[in-house]
Amino acid sequence: MSELTVSNIAKSFAKQLVLDDITFTINDGEFVSLLGPSGSGKSTLFHLIGGMYRPDRGAFFLDGKEITGKRGVISYMPQSPSLFPWRNVLSNVILGAEIHRKVDKDKAREMLKKAGLANYENAYPHELSGGMRQRVAFVRALLSPQDFICLDEPFSALDEFTRLDMQTWLLDIWEKNRKSVLFITHSIEEALYLSDRIIVLSSNPAKIKREFDLPFQRPREQSLLLSKDFFEWKRKIYQELEQLKVNS
Amino acid sequence: MNTNKMKRNRIIANHGSSFVVILCILLFWQASTQIFTIPTWLLPAPTVILTEAVAGWPNYQHHLISTTKLALLGLFIGVSVGLLVAIVLHLLPKVKRAVYPLLILSQNIPIIVLAPLLVIWFGFGVMPKVIVITLVCFFPIVVATLDGLRQTNPELMHYMRMIGASKQQIFLKLEFLHALPAIFSGLKISGTYSVMGAVISEWLGANQGIGVYMTLAQSSFRTDRVFVAIVYIMILCMILFVIIQTLEKTWLKGREKGRMEHE
Ligand SMILES: Nc1ncnc2c1ncn2[C@@H]1O[C@H](COP(=O)(O)OP(=O)(O)OP(=O)(O)O)[C@@H](O)[C@H]1O
Ligand SMILES: [Mg+2]
Repeated sequence: MSELTVSNIAKSFAKQLVLDDITFTINDGEFVSLLGPSGSGKSTLFHLIGGMYRPDRGAFFLDGKEITGKRGVISYMPQSPSLFPWRNVLSNVILGAEIHRKVDKDKAREMLKKAGLANYENAYPHELSGGMRQRVAFVRALLSPQDFICLDEPFSALDEFTRLDMQTWLLDIWEKNRKSVLFITHSIEEALYLSDRIIVLSSNPAKIKREFDLPFQRPREQSLLLSKDFFEWKRKIYQELEQLKVNS
Repeated sequence: MNTNKMKRNRIIANHGSSFVVILCILLFWQASTQIFTIPTWLLPAPTVILTEAVAGWPNYQHHLISTTKLALLGLFIGVSVGLLVAIVLHLLPKVKRAVYPLLILSQNIPIIVLAPLLVIWFGFGVMPKVIVITLVCFFPIVVATLDGLRQTNPELMHYMRMIGASKQQIFLKLEFLHALPAIFSGLKISGTYSVMGAVISEWLGANQGIGVYMTLAQSSFRTDRVFVAIVYIMILCMILFVIIQTLEKTWLKGREKGRMEHE
């Protein structure tokens, strides 16, 4: 069980308002994407949820309990994989659990197998490809004991082919695990392919522009990407983002 | 067997040119002493030095052992104190801001100048000698460790904070391990300094050690023995260096390349 409520969050840096009155809820087992222009304050919102600093106004609740400013209540996958170069793959993926003293190596091995990394347990990060590193970072987030995961543009550094593979792989793993996910992305397609719901942010300051509930069935297949429905949605959201540009 | 051979070949390939240079210098030296008939008390030929090194072994062997022990003891204490000070300063940034400039300033005082004071305060025992060595070993370790700790990868730091790692966990699981290569660089310098520190401290007054052996040799114009002492000092430094480097390689195995890619 884990349900995150973001309530009236505002944050400014040096008098510049970055986030203005952000409110939304992510239900248990839901996959929600935050879509917004670069510099709109998406990462800032994550850092606030993670307790790196406090919001000027507003609060966060996890399952009804206030978590504003508290660290370690969410599991996190940063934009860059941020693997520890002196740890091999196995001890890298258990790090999140290790911090909270809940290591389960058998589960970690099983997870690595599902991630296609069974033979790389003892490899060091520099011996892996970019896509493999992202997978290790994702497995690390999944193995962390928290039920709520924040993913900050996990695939933005990958090429188109690898990215599609990774998205499909992530869907597959996630559909079996069903933790609640908040996912930041720049890519409309990525948001459509993965999420149950898309929240579009405007920028300067970031406000919630619109929310879209997506009707696509799960489990999802890659063929969805070529369906007519998908194109319709893509156009709809694209227009929404275009409007943002016109307004600003 | 085979890998050993390959390793040896690689060492020769890597250091072969240095050997050639040393050999040339020695040949030139030998030739000069003979051609210009330089007196042995002024500049002994390499062969003379070698003969003395072999023949005099029973005379100076205990000096060598004594200095080695002293250097190791001083190195151990200096490195321990240095690590401790660096870690404390790192964990208390306010104290660090006050103390760090003083630390650097203290390095402007030559040890040679401090030595007589130490003798006045602590006499001629082991104590003042260990203090001298500690003082010379301490600084490289403190600076290297502080630098290493300060340069912790910000992305990894950010990750640790976001997932709620405590200050202690961040230090033990990230900062310290990240600083290890830097600490080893400091250790290599300290290792070489420790031998120098030991010899200098023996000049202050001691009844045995390479420093004493050197002083005696010098006052009786046994220049060949002075050179024997110098050679042994070099060998000791080199052995320490190799030991530290081997430790470094085994400890940091697997991550060396990773670091280079990250930075
Ligand atoms: N610690 C900080 N101090 C001052 N300003 C900051 C800080 N963090 C973020 N900002 C500012 O807040 C704004 C939003 O930054 P943020 O990183 O949240 O954007 P983003 O939406 O994640 O962008 P991108 O999609 O490019 O990652 C930027 O204008 C940035 O300059
Ligand atoms: Mg960002």
